Amino acid sequence: MDATVTTGTEESVWGGGNRPLGASYGKMMMWFFIVSDALTFSGFLVSYGFSRFKFIETWPIADEVFTHVPFFHGNYPMYYVAFMTFILIMSSVTMVLAVDAGHKMMQKKVILYMFLTIIGGAIFVGSQAWEWATFIKGDHGALETKGGRILQFVNAETGQRASLADFSKTLPEERVKHESSKGVWFEKEGSQTSFSLNEVVEGFKATPNILIRTETINEEGHKTVLNREESLAKLKDAVLVVEGANLIHNEYGSRLFADFFFFITGFHGFHVFSGVVINVIIFFNVILGTYERRGHYEMVEKVGLYWHFVDLVWVFVFTFFYLV
Amino acid sequence: MAHEHKLEIFRGTLKFKSNVQKIWGVLIFLSIVTAVEVALGIAKPQVLTHNFFLGMKLLNWIFIILTLVKAYYIAWDFMHLRDEKKALRRSIVWTPIFLICYLIFILLFEADYIYNVYKDGFLAWNF
Repeated sequence: MDATVTTGTEESVWGGGNRPLGASYGKMMMWFFIVSDALTFSGFLVSYGFSRFKFIETWPIADEVFTHVPFFHGNYPMYYVAFMTFILIMSSVTMVLAVDAGHKMMQKKVILYMFLTIIGGAIFVGSQAWEWATFIKGDHGALETKGGRILQFVNAETGQRASLADFSKTLPEERVKHESSKGVWFEKEGSQTSFSLNEVVEGFKATPNILIRTETINEEGHKTVLNREESLAKLKDAVLVVEGANLIHNEYGSRLFADFFFFITGFHGFHVFSGVVINVIIFFNVILGTYERRGHYEMVEKVGLYWHFVDLVWVFVFTFFYLV
Repeated sequence: MAHEHKLEIFRGTLKFKSNVQKIWGVLIFLSIVTAVEVALGIAKPQVLTHNFFLGMKLLNWIFIILTLVKAYYIAWDFMHLRDEKKALRRSIVWTPIFLICYLIFILLFEADYIYNVYKDGFLAWNF
């Protein structure tokens, strides 16, 4: 490595001139960081596997959870995540191109490719924010039983999922949002669901072509749909209406699924976000000519390593969250 | 930092003329792998979902293997581990692989045990 300040000791072993494994100090430390960060991510992903194996017969099917594409209505599983994956791989490519241009000391090209990388990262973070918003908002709505299990609804004729709004009755009952200021005991209620439990139950009884779908996965790999009698019996267990997902309730199924979704994609999204911030800093350094004066673009290479690592992690998140 | 780039992938079957060309080649390869994954994920062929190997669907095996293939090319070509010294590469790659394999082994076995306790034990949770 070319030192910026020369005191005459850099090239000796005790002066730090020794480069074990042919990598400079900064690059080596970036690799150490990446190794430790990889272990953190694998801790998350393996604990996801742990919870999933624990509830292997009732775990939500990802294809049925992530079915939306922005600006399009309908059922499009996976397309959007595939697009996000492609964006991230693409921004990884522009990053390598920036590193490559850096080796050849071509400042203009480094600027262009760094810029494209930042744009790619921004698109990815934006897409992830949209995924979160869609996931939190929810899709069809469901009921939760006393044991915390989720009951979803299916139209018996079409076999399609039925939304709460499709069959719920509007009853002349008054529902007041509970606030901490009104109760004797400190208890706050989140935003109210669009239908009360009573309205959903009455609506279900009045609509004969609606069936309940439980969390249990049958041998065909689909969720079990109960018949009408079983559904009516199961309905008695319901205690709560759930719309959307948060850390406590999750209309898509096991609440652990939502918890891991928020933690793993959130932690990854945070990495992408910090990657974008670091890239922006380096981008301005390149424009200012810092590395031109320093005589090498190793800094670009180091942030490049981090950026590729973020892509690498996403490949695994994509597989274990969306595919498997 | 003028070090040499190794320009071969697929064990020397495919040799590129320049580093930039290799980058685009790897991108095309990674895109194809991702496209295959997504296509399989949407189609879910019966042959692959109803046959098991070591207790896991063949489809899931394919997904995991393709993921490792992608990870290999990202690390080797984008993070240019291919151009690093062998000792650096090995210490970076095998240490986490060893630890992660151990973690996977121990946690998934434990989870399967808990699954059986929930299933066969005198404990109701699915109500």
